[in-house]
Amino acid sequence: MAETKTNTLEYDEALCNDCGMCMTVCPHGVFADGERSVYLADPDACMECGACALNCPRGAIKVDSGVGCAAAMMIAALTGRKEPVCGCESGGACC
Amino acid sequence: MEEKSPDIRQTVPDLTVHDHLVHLAARLGAKRNDWRVEPGLYRLGGAGPSSPVFVTANYRLSFDALRSALSGIDAYILVLDTDGINVWCAAGKGTFGTDELVSRIESTGLADVVEGRVVIVPQLGATGVSAHEARMRSGFKVEYGPIRAEDLPGFLREGRATPQMRRIRFDFKDRIVLVPVEATQGLPAAAALSLGAYFLDGPLAAAGLLGAAVAGLVGVPALLPYLPAKDYSVKGFMLGGAVAVAAASASLLDDNGSGVPGKAARAASYMLGLPPLSAFIALNFTGATPCTSPSGVRREIYRYVPVMAGMALAGVILNAAQRIARTRKG
Repeated sequence: MAETKTNTLEYDEALCNDCGMCMTVCPHGVFADGERSVYLADPDACMECGACALNCPRGAIKVDSGVGCAAAMMIAALTGRKEPVCGCESGGACC
Repeated sequence: MEEKSPDIRQTVPDLTVHDHLVHLAARLGAKRNDWRVEPGLYRLGGAGPSSPVFVTANYRLSFDALRSALSGIDAYILVLDTDGINVWCAAGKGTFGTDELVSRIESTGLADVVEGRVVIVPQLGATGVSAHEARMRSGFKVEYGPIRAEDLPGFLREGRATPQMRRIRFDFKDRIVLVPVEATQGLPAAAALSLGAYFLDGPLAAAGLLGAAVAGLVGVPALLPYLPAKDYSVKGFMLGGAVAVAAASASLLDDNGSGVPGKAARAASYMLGLPPLSAFIALNFTGATPCTSPSGVRREIYRYVPVMAGMALAGVILNAAQRIARTRKG
């Protein structure tokens, strides 16, 4: 089990069946192809989008996914909401 | 297998002038209702039973990027109902997700339209779609296409996405198109602050505040990879600092008769008050990027927002003090 300090990504290599789905979906090259399983090549690049965990058929990956948006988090903190949500629908091309 | 079905709409790869005007409006944050595309199944060119199926969101820019990238290719486009939000953001919310994909495949009768049992989903949709679950529930295999629609011809030619197509590129153009929307959201507040500064201190402070806002709204997105810091707040502090140095230098040259201590206080108030504005705007730009993690942003908020607030407050107090001293003197 590899755990990194900069984010919440957790990967249990023992469960991996080397299907490579995580390498396919990750837009930041966090995973790379090893001998028998995928390994964490660049865990610090993870933006916690959660695509790998959702697409891992073996449940080998865990990550607290969410929006990496400061405005959403500060609004959540100010309004006492637990989960920050993307709130720019009304105005932005962002989210 | 029949091709005709009342539920399939015909579309073309060519974008009209009107399409481009709608894109411009969307980039400026205007005419929100025009950004939606009717969800459902679309036929591009002379698509038939053996044609590939591409999935996208019912956001106009997403749909148009897809159909124009598929110019000369016969294909079906399955538009999911994401409430008019783009693929990446809708996937993050889950509206571009497994449930909607499975139910849209069923409601459009896709299995009767095409012989293949594959749908090509944009890679950035993977945040909302679970490929193995979608396959179990719909019988369709989810194949992830490249991040960018423009790479689709290459993807189809090679039969796979190259590693380059799978990596996020947040290029200058990608960043700069976000500026108008960010600016329409941020400039009114900046203008109000600037007006306040004009009455408290004068045109120099007003110009400094506007400059700091522009540094955050335009400078940070434009220069993002070149600002030598990992944290967005620090990137903002750097550019805001440059604006502050310029404003402080100008204030030292501006002989307003307040003497050396007054001038020094005024220059110091700029150095304290202006950088936090750029930094705060830069911190908020994290929401528009496909690069920042919630953990990283949370850490940034705790680390820098108190510093920003402290500096801004100190700057305002110092500026008010020098103004009061100057008024008494004059």
